[in-house]
Amino acid sequence: MNDFLPIFVLLVLASGLVSLVLLISVLFGPRRRARNETKLQPYESGMRPIGPAQRRLPVRFYLIAVLFILFDIEVVFFFPWAVALRELGWAGLLSMLIFIGILEAGHFWLWRRGALEWEKMDK
Amino acid sequence: MNVADLETVLPFLLLATGGVALLLVDLAVPQARKSLTGWLAFVVALAAGVSALALVSGKTMKGFAGMVQADAFAYFADVLLCVVAALVILLSLRYHTARGLMRGEFYPLLLLSLSGMSLAVHAADLLVVFLAIELLSIPLYVLSGFARPRLESEEAALKYFLTGAFASGFLVYGVALIYGASGTTALGDLRAALLDNPALTSDALLMAGLALVMVGLLFKIAAVPFHFWAPDVYEGAPTTVTAFMATATKAAAFLALMRVVAGFAALSPSLAQPFEVADALRPMLALIAAITMIVGNVTALAQQNVKRMLAYSSIAHAGYALAGVASGDATAVLFYLAAYAFATLAAFVVLIAVGSTEGNEDHRYEAYAGLGRRAPLLGVIMALAMFSLIGIPPTAGFVGKYFLFRAVVASDLTWLAVIGVLTSALSAAFYLRVLMVLFMREPETAPEAEPAALAADAPRMVAAYVSAAAVLLIGVFPSAVLALLTGGELVALVR
Amino acid sequence: MGLQNAINGIPLEWYLIVAAALFSIGLYGVLARKNAVAMLMGVELMLNSVNLNLLAFWRYLAPESAAGLAFAAFVFVVAAAETAVGLALIIAVYRSLKSVDPETLTQLKL
Repeated sequence: MNDFLPIFVLLVLASGLVSLVLLISVLFGPRRRARNETKLQPYESGMRPIGPAQRRLPVRFYLIAVLFILFDIEVVFFFPWAVALRELGWAGLLSMLIFIGILEAGHFWLWRRGALEWEKMDK
Repeated sequence: MNVADLETVLPFLLLATGGVALLLVDLAVPQARKSLTGWLAFVVALAAGVSALALVSGKTMKGFAGMVQADAFAYFADVLLCVVAALVILLSLRYHTARGLMRGEFYPLLLLSLSGMSLAVHAADLLVVFLAIELLSIPLYVLSGFARPRLESEEAALKYFLTGAFASGFLVYGVALIYGASGTTALGDLRAALLDNPALTSDALLMAGLALVMVGLLFKIAAVPFHFWAPDVYEGAPTTVTAFMATATKAAAFLALMRVVAGFAALSPSLAQPFEVADALRPMLALIAAITMIVGNVTALAQQNVKRMLAYSSIAHAGYALAGVASGDATAVLFYLAAYAFATLAAFVVLIAVGSTEGNEDHRYEAYAGLGRRAPLLGVIMALAMFSLIGIPPTAGFVGKYFLFRAVVASDLTWLAVIGVLTSALSAAFYLRVLMVLFMREPETAPEAEPAALAADAPRMVAAYVSAAAVLLIGVFPSAVLALLTGGELVALVR
Repeated sequence: MGLQNAINGIPLEWYLIVAAALFSIGLYGVLARKNAVAMLMGVELMLNSVNLNLLAFWRYLAPESAAGLAFAAFVFVVAAAETAVGLALIIAVYRSLKSVDPETLTQLKL
């Protein structure tokens, strides 16, 4: 348990500091109960907000994100191969090339179908 | 990895390579000629089936450090799966054009799903079971929603996806617990560990893992109480995809299930069986089989839609096959699944013919009124399919049920066989209702579809003849199929 | 190396309990939420709890073979593929229905 002591100390310090800051702002901060429109705006800097804050994003962003995740995660199989590169030898390299070939087939298909082109995506 | 390893999963390799290659080839196929992609997929499926047929032998081989196993059961299932897929492709050509679904991606997805099924029947390791089930499911989720933007199809896909992903969560959690309890995921090592270490047979972690894996697999074969997704998915998916799911997926998942059950055979000593099933597991399997037969058949009685009725029929037949699993006779189960697959496929030939005509796809009973007289060939095929599903000689269904119930009685589960026979008698009510509507009832409105349009499509007719011939030939010459299954020597599901 | 010792001192059961809790939270998410995206997140949570289990078992029980590690890699690659397909299906339904609540899907009677 001794090893956890620094973590506990950090926890106590962090929560103490946060409580202190909150307490100070409650004690000394100005208290306006006014609930006018200006007060409720996200920024009180004179800028008028345009539209709601939670706008829906176009589906293109989502598509790119999903494609990124897919190819990104597949790369995980490179790590065990890289670690055992010497032991696996040519058979390992061949297997990996086949694997990359399959990924590239998917990539090529996406490219030819226009999934990677920003302008065409709305179709 | 060496060449001998590749040979153990050759059909899988052909299908997976063919699927990926076809995806790229399809890019060059113009939209107007997408049936070319279909024909190429047909060739790939047939080639994989022929390769499996050529490799059938009495020997059992293991490959990839014991991850996969090639035996007569696996090759038999490969042949069955590839033939079913090839027939589905033939059926899809006209249907997809008529329904506006002629998109090239259908065929690569079908081949990839088929490759997952082929891998599932060769699985000798729980990791491979999981991977194969995912590989067969993920393309099927997409295929179920292939009739986008038709809402029923999208709904079927989303429901299938949510329940399927949920089930695979159970499956893989169970595999993790089994790995923790025994230190291995290989079914052969697991069996050896259970024999070496009797303390393991009552290990709570192992039992919990086994229960979760069984839940995951029972979901896939749609056994009650894990069947609730099946009717909606089967009804909403494009009819070609439903035909594929109802036949091929079931056969593949059942063989994977039997391999897992056999891996746990050493849990408790059992009667001598063709493949072993632990005494500890048999009551559970028998109970689920009984409930599945009863619920599937009784609910099918109440349906007003032929497609949905066939969904409940597929649940009921999962119950029969599960009774065979409880009896421990893998040969009887596989024979039954083959008989069921061809009969169901023959029924779907008629549904797809109806769906390929102009106008909305309507599978309510009323829509079938008088069809048997307007298109006698379709009527005869439907009659053959229904007789086989009930189990009337000389069809495949009769022989299948005979072998199955004989195995069930031989393993001291006579009560289960009695339930099976009684529910089969009950099932005649809704199967014969289809024939009554087809031949006896007059259509309420003038039929939109011309008989000529119903029978005109040549590939569909080939599929119709092949599935009908299979139903009859398996029924008349069962020994030929049995020879393929046993390959001359007793097959061990797990070694 | 104080922290390393602390991690080594954690018994296997703790990992299993955390994993079981994660699995249960995921299970609850799938069963109780009315939003397909949240249900998908529940499934992901279930799969991640499996990974935690696999890695803990591997580290404590069978560190000499890499089977547990390899299995974990397969599980999360499959999870990513499932998510991609699932989100695509959810978007397709949303475009037709303007809702991601599976209970609004009533074309097919349940």
